[in-house]
Amino acid sequence: MLLGPALGVSAILFSIGVLGVLMRRNAIVLFMCIELMLNAVNLSLVALSQQLGVDGQVLVFFVMTVAAAEAAVGFAVIIAIYRHKETVDLQDLNLLRG
Amino acid sequence: MPTSVQMVWLIVLLPFLGFLVNGWMSFFRPEAKRAVGVVGVGVVALAFVGTLFVVAGLAGHPHDAPFIVPLWQWMPVGDLVIDIEFQVDQLSAVMLMVVTGVGSLIHIFSIGYMREDRSYPRYFAYLNLFVFFMLVLVLGASYPVLFIGWEGVGLCSYLLIGFWYTEEANASAGKKAFIMNRIGDFGLLIAMFMLFREVGSLSFAEVFHAAPEVFGTNTAAISLITLFLFIGCVGKSAQIPLYTWLPDAMAGPTPVSALIHAATMVTAGVYLVARSNVLFAMAPSVSLLVALVGAVTALFAATIALKQWDIKKVLAYSTVSQLGYMFVGVGVGAYAAGVFHLVTHAFFKALLFMGAGSVIHAMHHAYHHTHNEADPQDMRNMGGLKKYMPITAALMWTATLAIAGVPGFSGFFSKDQILAMAFARGHDGGLFYLVWAFGAIAALLTAFYMTRLMLYTFHGPNRTGDRESEHLHEAPWIMTGPLVVLAVLSVVGGVINLPHILPGAGWLEHWLEPVLHGSVEFLGEIHISAGLEWGLIGVATLIAAAGILGAWLLLKPEALQDVAGSPEEKGIQRVLYNKYYIDELYDRIIVQPIVWLSNKVLWRVVDVFVIDGVGVNGAAGISKFFGWIGTRFQTGRATAYFVMFVIGAVWLLSLTLGG
Repeated sequence: MLLGPALGVSAILFSIGVLGVLMRRNAIVLFMCIELMLNAVNLSLVALSQQLGVDGQVLVFFVMTVAAAEAAVGFAVIIAIYRHKETVDLQDLNLLRG
Repeated sequence: MPTSVQMVWLIVLLPFLGFLVNGWMSFFRPEAKRAVGVVGVGVVALAFVGTLFVVAGLAGHPHDAPFIVPLWQWMPVGDLVIDIEFQVDQLSAVMLMVVTGVGSLIHIFSIGYMREDRSYPRYFAYLNLFVFFMLVLVLGASYPVLFIGWEGVGLCSYLLIGFWYTEEANASAGKKAFIMNRIGDFGLLIAMFMLFREVGSLSFAEVFHAAPEVFGTNTAAISLITLFLFIGCVGKSAQIPLYTWLPDAMAGPTPVSALIHAATMVTAGVYLVARSNVLFAMAPSVSLLVALVGAVTALFAATIALKQWDIKKVLAYSTVSQLGYMFVGVGVGAYAAGVFHLVTHAFFKALLFMGAGSVIHAMHHAYHHTHNEADPQDMRNMGGLKKYMPITAALMWTATLAIAGVPGFSGFFSKDQILAMAFARGHDGGLFYLVWAFGAIAALLTAFYMTRLMLYTFHGPNRTGDRESEHLHEAPWIMTGPLVVLAVLSVVGGVINLPHILPGAGWLEHWLEPVLHGSVEFLGEIHISAGLEWGLIGVATLIAAAGILGAWLLLKPEALQDVAGSPEEKGIQRVLYNKYYIDELYDRIIVQPIVWLSNKVLWRVVDVFVIDGVGVNGAAGISKFFGWIGTRFQTGRATAYFVMFVIGAVWLLSLTLGG
């Protein structure tokens, strides 16, 4: 039931997320795009679990938990960076340069 | 197999235990000289006693020998199986007697000679180790086991030549001996490889048994093998062109010169040829080469000995010359005569060296007490020593008469036999007459330079100095005792192999028959008529008399001069004094080019440029370059990483879906 449209929406959401990460420079927006990608994956997992069993739905819970934890750590890092550099623009952050 | 022969490994083990004990002492009880002396001499003397039992056991079974005493398997590699096993037969028994018998006497002498040396235990440790390796050499039942001993005695020779290593000259003399021997050892190794390829075995029994079928007489293979074997002998036994290390080896303590560089180690080459007599008998051209090299060396070294002033240098060149005689013997196919001269030479040359040691000992003390810096080994500083050292003088005269070939003494019989055999082979080719002539002239020179040595040392007025001569004393009994034994042997040693014209002749020849019968099949017996033998004996007697009397008349003991009074040498004398400039020649054509090559090419080009530059730094540079490329992707911008990640993910996805 509606598997094709569900997977289509999922793919569109995921692509928006990827493009957002690639094109936006603000760290917080970037974070939101990552959340978008995670939820796109969640959507396809739920959709597929209709036919492939309950495993996909269980996995969604894990993804949500990890996403929440990641958001907490990620925002903490962003706040720390902002305190240090007074910006969250990724173009200005190149401490990892080799 | 007699029990005593089965226990032959005990004879070998004893000196090794002595080495371990004395080696331990040299580190932890260096002051316990008495214990060191007892152990050092004791193990060799016990080995001699054991040897007597072995010889007695062997004499009871003359036709069962060789006895092979297996110990353990050393290296089984495919077809090549090398066992550690000893071979007891008539030839190794003769060598055993010489090594342990003369060795014991020299060990006893060393107690007195080295008494005041700080490194007394180290000295005896090395000496015991040498005897151990020498016994392995003469008892080994295959070429590899012989080679262990061969290398081991080379090592001990090196250690003992450089025994007083704090003087650089001594250390370099040791190095010279070691390196020149290495050249010879390379020949021996090649010979072993070729033997294994041709015969498939390296044990004496199998090689000598198979050789007549595998090789034809005078084929290329057997000639090459024996030639390479002989190169090994040339190095070890100090023949032309590898003889220059032996005179330098006199830097070691004098008993070492007596044991290693006169009586035993340097005769190992003669032993090897006699041991391989079957192979050499099948290669007549190489045998002739052996005889020629021996004859030329005998004459060449004897001429150098004429003008040396250092008493030990005279004896060193004399040893080179006498070794030449032994090679003449084994070269003309008279293997028993060669071994005979080996034995008698061990007696009188050990006696001469140790007598010279007593003289040097006395001279050293005299100069030491009076703080004189003069050279205690220079014969021009001696003279008239028979007044102070009558026993040593008498003993050394005995040995001199023996080496000069005065009838009745041991050296006369052995040298005469070699020359007679060379003459008898004359009908096989004129070169044998040349060998004989060289040997005869060398005999004349031998009588001359030995008399010269005796006159300068013991006769005429004393030139040591008035103050110094008060401190000249006869050596203690522990040093003269062994010399008395050797003097007796030098006189009567000839009876073991009297010439055919005398009753009871050829005992040693008969004893060695089981070892040598293989070569007799190829060479046939060398016949010599009684008349010719008497004639040659007459010639030899005349030569000895001419040499001794000639030296006496020419040198006039009363008119001998000390260093200051000696006129400068000119012309041929100067060439002889400088040993024909052979050392300088070798330095110019071999040592210096190698040093140049090492310095300019091997170091600056090969090592610094090729290995360090292209090799090591080149490999590092390539890694660094790729590393640098890697760093270019490390921008530090998270977005850039993400771009790469997405590209990679899309690529992988396309591979998975597309495939």
